[in-house]
Amino acid sequence: MQITDDMIKYVAELAKLELSDDSKEQAKKDMSDMLDYVNMLNELDTAQVEPMSHCFPVSNVLREDVVTNVNDRENMLLNAPEKSEDSYIVPKTF
Amino acid sequence: MSKEYEAVIGLEVHVELNTKTKIFCGCSTAFGGSPNINVCPVCSGMPGSLPVLNRAVVDKAISIGLATNCNITRNSKFDRKNYFYPDNPQNYQISQLYYPICRDGKIEIETENGKKFVRIHEMHMEEDAGKLIHNAFTGETYVDFNRSGVPLVEIVSEPDMRSADEVLAYLDKLRLTIQYLGASDCKLNEGSMRVDVNMSLREKGTEKFGTRTETKNLNSFKAIKRCIENEFERQADILDAGDKVVQETRRWDDDKGYSYTMRSKEDAQDYRYFPDPDLVPLIIDDEWLERIKSNQPELRDEKKERYAREYGIPEYDIGLITEYKELADIFEDGVNEGADPKKVSNWIIGETLRLSKDTDKDITEISFSGKHLASLIKLLDEKKINNTIAKQVFEHIFNEDVDPVEYAEKNNLIIKTDSGALAETVKKAIEANPKAVADMKAGKKKAMGAIVGFVMKEMKGKCDPAEVNKLVMAEIAKL
Repeated sequence: MQITDDMIKYVAELAKLELSDDSKEQAKKDMSDMLDYVNMLNELDTAQVEPMSHCFPVSNVLREDVVTNVNDRENMLLNAPEKSEDSYIVPKTF
Repeated sequence: MSKEYEAVIGLEVHVELNTKTKIFCGCSTAFGGSPNINVCPVCSGMPGSLPVLNRAVVDKAISIGLATNCNITRNSKFDRKNYFYPDNPQNYQISQLYYPICRDGKIEIETENGKKFVRIHEMHMEEDAGKLIHNAFTGETYVDFNRSGVPLVEIVSEPDMRSADEVLAYLDKLRLTIQYLGASDCKLNEGSMRVDVNMSLREKGTEKFGTRTETKNLNSFKAIKRCIENEFERQADILDAGDKVVQETRRWDDDKGYSYTMRSKEDAQDYRYFPDPDLVPLIIDDEWLERIKSNQPELRDEKKERYAREYGIPEYDIGLITEYKELADIFEDGVNEGADPKKVSNWIIGETLRLSKDTDKDITEISFSGKHLASLIKLLDEKKINNTIAKQVFEHIFNEDVDPVEYAEKNNLIIKTDSGALAETVKKAIEANPKAVADMKAGKKKAMGAIVGFVMKEMKGKCDPAEVNKLVMAEIAKL
């Protein structure tokens, strides 16, 4: 499948990525290869097959409404690039 | 000359479900604590964490769906709605696009123009986002994920409403239904119910819909009404000038009383919905559906009918009492104790609502026992306390849910049946108020008040005023 410059630009914008010209060309090629690969599936006749969203025949995995987690703020905030005593800090949004 | 327009309004209503835990993890949904204390790898979007659906969320969603006459989707699924914003740690929100849990419902509303149905297009389950706290002083934005993953249902109506009154009637019906089901407290000002208004105008008598706008940030019923009136004027002016309404999302500013553009259709986001591979399909079988059906509580309309039929209290009383489930519960508890329905009703629509207003206590937070109200009414009926004392005792029932019998005994408020003491006091009152007695003899009935007042004061209010009146009259007649 042909990937156009506009398509790459749009996908990069949605993913919040800035691509150099070189990586743009590379991405176009990679994406095109991937879509061609997946396209092979279209050779199959699936008219009689019900679409599924999951590859295992499993349904209704549920939990009961019981609190199992405790305050783990210190650990949770360990992953934050920037943090205050009790919160994540992000670039200002206002 | 301007044309005559008709508003076409549909609503998207988000309701926060009051489950104990979040929709996909075992974190508490409790609010008001310190930031980020109810957060785990799932609701903070850590890679590799796996969401597991909370059964109670599905139960409550089905319950709301049944109460709003929806079809329950037997084979339901979750999808990812992709967008970047710091309050959304996964960079997608788990929602339902393709197979929402409920579809094709309707609820009946009543306005001055009569009754009509508003159809519900669909209702889906999804997760709430976190909260961003802006610090203007440091210029930083803090993220609190306590609310991230709190369960929501979004109820999408058809564009069936034609006026602000109809919108308010619909919202009120929805709020009461959900409150009666015990699925949410539905407070607009606290964000547990959020309303987006989709609205367009068309010339009266025409069928075709005009271009619509969506308005957000409506935090009270009053704001919704003002916003609709304001948007009607705004769109009518545009159409009158021969211009076109722009399809866009607007934000209501309640302080300023107008809305402004948030984003137009051109920069509408591309959410790239796709089925969430972390969550397996949800199948609602007959047994599950029957279990929810058989547990549905009595809703407001049913209660209204039953109150009129069983208790024969006025329609006005019924309207006020059933306006809040909390009041209806107290009423029924009181009546079930054998108290007279009209008397229970009077205490609820009178003193209870007055105290709620005076003490600034939200009606949904009133929780005294109807049994205690019934005991108070019994004390009054048996003339063991008088009205003034009853009101004092009731304040303690309202605030602390005291047992009125215990309270009255402990504080020595029960009327003494010692008629000797009362007779003595009446005599004393007559001796102490010669002027009032003389006035009475001269035909000034008002003078009676001074004597009765004296007795009540001497007896510390623990006597029946009617009884005192009778005794005073009898004594004076003897003079």
